[in-house]
Formats: sequence, C-alpha cells, structure tokens
Amino acid sequence: MKPLALLGRTLQLVPVLLGVSVIVFVMMLLTPGDPVEIMLADQQATPQQVETMRHDMGLDRPALERFGVFLGNAATGNFGLSFFHRRPVFDVIAERLPATIELTLAALLLALVIAIPLGVIAAIKKNSLVDRLAAVGSLFGISLPGFWFGIILIILFAVHLKILPVAGRMDFACEVAPVTYLLTIDSLLRGRPDCFTNALSHLVLPALTLALPMAAVLTRVQRTAMIEVLRSDYITFAEAKGLSRRRILWRHALKNALVPTVTVAAIETGSLLGGNMVVETVFGWPGLGRLVVESIFVRNYPLVQAAVLFYAVTYVLLNFVADILYTVLNPRVKL
Amino acid sequence: MLLTRSSATDRPAPLLSIRGLKTCFPTRAGLVTAVDGVDLDVQPGECLGIVGESGSGKSVTFASVIGLIRPPGRIAEGSIHFDGADLRTLDPGGWRRLRGRDIAMTMQDALTALNPALTVAEQICEVLVAHAQDLPRRNRWRAARARAIEMLRLVGIPAAESRMDDYPHQFSGGMRQRIMIAIALACRPKLLIADEPTTALDVTIQAQVLDLISDLRREFGMSVVLITHDLGVVAEHTDRVAVMYAGQIVETGPTRDLIAHPRHPYTRGLIGLIPRLSDLDAPIKPIEGQVPDLIGLGGTCRFADRCELRLPECRQDIPMRPVGAAHEARCIRAGEDLP
Ligand SMILES: Nc1ncnc2c1ncn2[C@@H]1O[C@H](COP(=O)(O)OP(=O)(O)OP(=O)(O)O)[C@@H](O)[C@H]1O
Ligand SMILES: [Mg+2]
Repeated sequence: MKPLALLGRTLQLVPVLLGVSVIVFVMMLLTPGDPVEIMLADQQATPQQVETMRHDMGLDRPALERFGVFLGNAATGNFGLSFFHRRPVFDVIAERLPATIELTLAALLLALVIAIPLGVIAAIKKNSLVDRLAAVGSLFGISLPGFWFGIILIILFAVHLKILPVAGRMDFACEVAPVTYLLTIDSLLRGRPDCFTNALSHLVLPALTLALPMAAVLTRVQRTAMIEVLRSDYITFAEAKGLSRRRILWRHALKNALVPTVTVAAIETGSLLGGNMVVETVFGWPGLGRLVVESIFVRNYPLVQAAVLFYAVTYVLLNFVADILYTVLNPRVKL
Repeated sequence: MLLTRSSATDRPAPLLSIRGLKTCFPTRAGLVTAVDGVDLDVQPGECLGIVGESGSGKSVTFASVIGLIRPPGRIAEGSIHFDGADLRTLDPGGWRRLRGRDIAMTMQDALTALNPALTVAEQICEVLVAHAQDLPRRNRWRAARARAIEMLRLVGIPAAESRMDDYPHQFSGGMRQRIMIAIALACRPKLLIADEPTTALDVTIQAQVLDLISDLRREFGMSVVLITHDLGVVAEHTDRVAVMYAGQIVETGPTRDLIAHPRHPYTRGLIGLIPRLSDLDAPIKPIEGQVPDLIGLGGTCRFADRCELRLPECRQDIPMRPVGAAHEARCIRAGEDLP
C-alpha cells in the first residue's frame, strides 16, 4: 500500500469524527435529565451546592462553548473527567476496554469457525439437507435479536444445567498478573490452567450470543462465494490436473471464496462493538458496552462522547482493515 | 492367424478410441444433445485437429473424454477407451490418477484457467506432487520446484526461477498460455487436449504457441488433440482432421488430403474462409445461415438448411461414407465431382 493512500485514508477519519461528535453532543443535549441532579439525587443538596457543582463541571456555560472545549481537548487526547467516576474518562475507558476486546475477538473467532466450514459444505452439497438446515439456521440467526440467544443460553446452561456461570468475567478467587489484559490469554501465559478454564467458562456464553447472528450472515456470504468460485474455469482446470478433491476445495476454491467472507467479517466486527452494549448488560460483562449503557443512564456526557468517538474510529479502522485483507487475499487488487 | 492379418488390425492400437459418444444437457428449453454419435480415434504420437464453428460440440466431446461433464449434463451413450482402459467405468480415484498424468488439458482462456490467488509455482508444483512417482518421499515440494523450473524454461518463460513466485495476472497473455502448457505437460502425459490454445492471443504469439506445442509433441512423443475453429491452424499443425458440425463429425481424413479435396459442403465452406496468399483480393465468402438448435435434431442432414447443394434426399439421417484413403464424409453427394 502506498503512503499516499494511507494518508488519504487517515484524513478520511477527520470529517467522520467531527460529524459523530456533533451528533453525539446534540443528542446528549436533547436527552431529558440533568447529570448534577441525578448525581446528587439521594443527598439533601441545597440549590447552591447544585449550582457550584454545575459550575465546577462547566455545565453552566453555553452549549456551543462546551462543544468547542470538548473538541479542543479531544484533539489532544483529553476527554475530560468522567462525572460519575471523578477520574479521567480516558482511564475509565482504558480499564474497561480489554474485556470488550476479549469478548469481541472470541465472538469473531467463533463466528468464523462456525461459518466457514458450514458455508463451504452448504455450497458443495447445494440443496442437500445440510444446506437447507444451514439456510433455516441462518434465517433465525439473522432475524432474531442477539440478546434473545443470550437469554436462552443463560436459561439453558446457567440456570437449568448449571454448568456455566451467569455473569462476570472471572471468579474473584482467580487472580493473574496482567500481560495482555485478556484474561484467557493471560492465565495461559502465567501458567494457570485453572484460571483459564474459569475465564473461558465465563466467556463462552456471551461470545456465542454475539457470534451466532454474525455466523448466520457469514455462512450465507461464504456459501454464495463458494458456489460462484466452484463454477469458475480454474476449478475445472484444477480438476483436469487430477488434484485431490480436498486440495481443490480447501485450497483452490476456498482461497478465493474467503475474500468476501473475511471482508464482511471485518466490517461486521464494527457492529459487534455496538451489539456488545446489549450482550454485556445481559451477561454482566464488565466491558465498554455496559459502561456506556450505565453512563447514558446517569447522563455522564464526557464518557458517552468519548466512547462513541471510539466506536466511530474503530468502525472506520475496521473498514480499512477489511480493505487491506481484501488485497492480501486477492493478489489482483492493488490499493 | 492368417485371418486376423486384415488391413484393419495392421494399424497400431489407437491411444484414444471414442465410439457413438452422445452427451446431453437437460435445460429449461429441452434436452440439448451437444454431442451426438461421435466416433474418433487418436493414434499414438499423432496430432488430430478438431475444427468446427462455435457451438459445434468440440469442447463438450473432450470434456466427456476427461470426465468433466458437470451434472445435470451427462454422457448418455457410447464408449471411451484410453490406452486399453474403459473410461466410462472409472471411479473418482481412477480419474484423479488419469487426469494430469496420462491425459492433460489446456483451456481456451489461460487467464481464467489459472487460479488468480495462487502463485504460478504452486500451480505447477502441485500437479507434480500429485502424480510424479519418482519424486522423493521427503521434500516433495522442493524436488517438484526444481522440475517445475525446468518445465517453465522449456516452454520459454524467461527468468523462470525468479518469476515463478509471481501470480498469473503478472504475466502477459502469451506467457500465461505457456504457463498453462507447462502445467499440462509437467507429468509428460500421453495425450494433450489443447482446447483453442490460441484464440485469446495475437497472431505472432499464436504461431509461437502452436510451434511450441508441435515441438513438445515431438520431444515427448505424445499425442495431441488440437481444438480450433481455424482451418489454417489445422493445415499447418495436424496430421489428421475431424470436422464437427452441430454435435456430429461431418468429415474426417488426413489433413493434406482433406484440405486439398474437401468432400463435405460444410468443409468447403470452412476452407473458403482461409485467406489464400495467391488471391488475397478474392472476397472471403462466409457460410450463410446459423448452426441449428441442438434440441430435438435428427432425421435429416444437419447442414441441409445452409447447404447450396441440398437435394430432397438430404432429409434423412446420413451416415459417414468413405470418399478416399482413411477419408470419410457425411454427405450423400460426397462421391460426386462437384464444382
Ligand atoms: N453445461 C451446459 N448446459 C447446456 N448446454 C451446454 C452446456 N455446455 C455446452 N452446452 C451446449 O453444447 C453445445 C456445444 O458446446 P461446446 O462448448 O462443445 O462448443 P464448441 O464447439 O467448443 O464451441 P466454441 O468454439 O465456442 O468453444 C453448445 O450449443 C452449448 O450451448
Ligand atoms: Mg469450446
């Protein structure tokens, strides 16, 4: 990839971020409720105390000025103090982020592991029982809301079978010194298989909940791409060369048919981040999604703004990653 | 003993022998019989040309030979024998061992026939790894690579060793065709089916690629089936020709004889399409009309509608009839001395 193209891509971020900032700011302004009153709700605060607090938090200044200050600070990486935590927003988000990254990666991995073989088999055995079952399954996965799976999974595995925990990321009894801050990986790195299984057992259900709708989409994408590829001349030529069926399918065909799947997966990962808000709340997963939901409830403006900006940046970057993957897998395309 | 020494058994056994081949494709419009009763022999070491307009069934005939007719298409009738084996009874494993090793094929368009996502090196090495028995058990891929370089040099890829790790799109059209030939010939097959090896190329490159195929045929002692719609190519590169029309063979014979004395009106029409150096000013006369629909044909000469020499008797099934030494034509007027 040429440096110029890279620069162009990076510059594209600026208008996106500006637009997102404006929208979020306006939405928070229009939302009923006052952060100061919510924070002081159970204390017997005098109107004067409320005023002082409002002044301290800069909330008594005109909206436009507040927005200007926010933009100026954000440009230098300062997102202000979280009203609620009374700590820098940046620190609060950084603390919650690893949990979300771990959950997202696990879901992505699961979705790919389910979708790629299923899509390929559905394509090879077009109109067979497997293909039809995959089609029905995908339809369910695409049309049912993600949290519905979450609740079903909790009822089944946590409440009835009692083999998996209902909520959280790891039991308190387990403690591993952080390396990557991803608990499953850290417990392996620190040689604690007991903690690994514990973390994994917490991870499985929320990851599966996020993965199923994504796998549904990816299976369809993989199937269509594979059917298309299997019709092409180079597959006929590969057969005329007397190659094994395995090599033709999993090397010649799949290497081409993976391109759309991987591209869509990268873009869908952006939606996973959004989906996280619901799933993290349902599973009590201490990640960014749940933090944002909590922050919206208490009108914690600085945090919500920063988090939404973060989502926007990630989304744009993931599209960027999708493009890069597209080139890597498809030597004909040059960015 | 004496009885079996007839003239027919004096000839060497053919490498490939097709009898009564009929290949059909069910379609929404009806059953398309793309190949209808084809008989063909390919002798060891010979180059057989197959000519005919687009849609005459050339590709389908040889896709049937190599077992690559995709369902719902199927071979309905006939027998195909190769090197003594009945190909119609082959199982998938048998096909895998045969294809690429004993019978190889090149396709019309090298750009779409080569896998865009794999390097040239991988696409040529894999066929060696799959078939070459004399490669060492360990390091098969490395040994295959050395042989692949040799093969790419043989077909005239410059800087083969450094360029083989490139992808197909990084080569020119002529080079891609050479690469496909290198892949097809990597295991020194007994029969090469070259399906229109030059249609996608410009004229000078066409000649180079055809010369390359002829040279390699002599060097390897293999048989070649050269599919084309260009009788000029056939005249220059083949020993024998079969002319196909609407799924049937309408004339077959030694190349020189057939071109000098074509007996079927369709062949005459095709020969009219070859530009002659002697009278370049003479207008080229195309054959009027179109190839008939392949659904529900029969009971008539298929060329009759386009034929200037048509007689009422042409409305019946016409068998092949001998018109010279090893020369046959499917026309009731083939024996006449026509203008
Ligand atoms: N899969 C298929 N389904 C239906 N009809 C087919 C199929 N494959 C080939 N045919 C038909 O069979 C006939 C012969 O096709 P074939 O490809 O053998 O022609 P060809 O002589 O090789 O022509 P060309 O010079 O264009 O390559 C055509 O009319 C074509 O429409
Ligand atoms: Mg063809």
